[in-house]
Amino acid sequence: MARRYDSRTTIFSPEGRLYQIEYAMEAISHAGTVIGILASDGVVLVAEKRVTGKLLDLSGAKEGGYGGSGEKIFLLNSNVIGGVAGLTADANSLVNYSRTAAQRHLLLYNQDIPVELLAQRLCDLKQGYTQFGGLRPFGVSLLYAGYDPHYRFQLYHSDPSGNYSGWKATCIGANSGTAQSLLKQEYKDDMKVKDAISLVLKTMSKTMDSTSLGSEKLEFATLMLDPKTNQPKARIYKPAEIDALLVAEGLVKKDEDTEMKAA
Amino acid sequence: METSFALTGKGYVIIAADTTAARSIVKMKVDADKIKVLSPHLLMSYSGEPGDTIQFAEYVERNIRLYQIRNLYALTPSAAASWIRRSLAESLRSRNPYAVNLLVGGYDTTSHQPHLYWIDYLGTMTEIPFGAHGYGSYFALSLLDRYHDPEASLEEGLSTLKRCINEVAKRLVVSPDRYTVKVVDKDGVREVEL
Repeated sequence: MARRYDSRTTIFSPEGRLYQIEYAMEAISHAGTVIGILASDGVVLVAEKRVTGKLLDLSGAKEGGYGGSGEKIFLLNSNVIGGVAGLTADANSLVNYSRTAAQRHLLLYNQDIPVELLAQRLCDLKQGYTQFGGLRPFGVSLLYAGYDPHYRFQLYHSDPSGNYSGWKATCIGANSGTAQSLLKQEYKDDMKVKDAISLVLKTMSKTMDSTSLGSEKLEFATLMLDPKTNQPKARIYKPAEIDALLVAEGLVKKDEDTEMKAA
Repeated sequence: METSFALTGKGYVIIAADTTAARSIVKMKVDADKIKVLSPHLLMSYSGEPGDTIQFAEYVERNIRLYQIRNLYALTPSAAASWIRRSLAESLRSRNPYAVNLLVGGYDTTSHQPHLYWIDYLGTMTEIPFGAHGYGSYFALSLLDRYHDPEASLEEGLSTLKRCINEVAKRLVVSPDRYTVKVVDKDGVREVEL
């Protein structure tokens, strides 16, 4: 009898809850962390990769593509980057949907889709799965970091229920509560991208379970205005660039073996 | 005969359209307003097949308004004009296309620039500093080419418009005698008396 109200997404429990949606959110709270911070001159996203290992072939991420390994951070449109937490396969489907939605807007209005409108498009889809039965909801939360001329830089979060909200700094995935309270203490309203990068990496280093930060465990991206064209420009860092950034921020734990050898 | 003019200046767009509604050789009405206010900073003049014009203009007006209600801000002039052009282009390829010519002018509140778009019934769109539709265009375009100044004040812009209207009155066989003139700038839309 315990399973009476949680086997179907569209059935309310007597307490007025939709269990399948809550389970989907639970799935996300075990996924790799994604943190986003809004600065006055840009937005920063950092994500923790879970699929790692010596034998994983990452040569594609090093050379081809637009940066990133394609697990956590995606370019959704020329003015929006997305960070995903949850089931990767579901996320891929949503990324594809959002890219289509963005291009459809471009075709209709000849302008980049406003960030909130893109979040709305995805949330309309996600909400559908909380109401029309027989199917499982998307087990994915997203962070959208974007720019549009109406509200300039923005950061949005959406969850499996189809709710979305705008944030100055937020976090999804494992240990998101810890990260959120750290961000709450450290966030300042007049932050620049430079400060946001330091804060986001510092927060991530405290949130992650593993002791060492490195490009094999991280994805990193910024969205700023191109000083030449004054148009939004996403930069998804390649592994070598992430390592260089970590060194510059002084967050790389010194490898004791190399220290010994040097001595 | 139906005539409309539009020109941009320093921070504004002026759109003028004649006020006659004619059927065959008869003037049915001499105070028709053929310039719609689509949003707080957007104007559209329409001319062409009677009936089609009103039907299409109202369709555009309601859709632009719907976008504003849904998103809490209006479309930029360029996005609105692109949407209107696409609607006309889709209509052209349907069984019963609209035969409507438009001038869409607006003030972009995000970039603080005035923009003017010329659109015809075939779905052609160009951004222009000045333009005209109808028989009046044969007389007005050369004048606008000579006297238009993108840095002109509103007074100078209106006097350039008067030159066009006077020339049409002087040379066109069946010239309209009245025009509605609307201006859009950073403060929004208003009608002006010449």
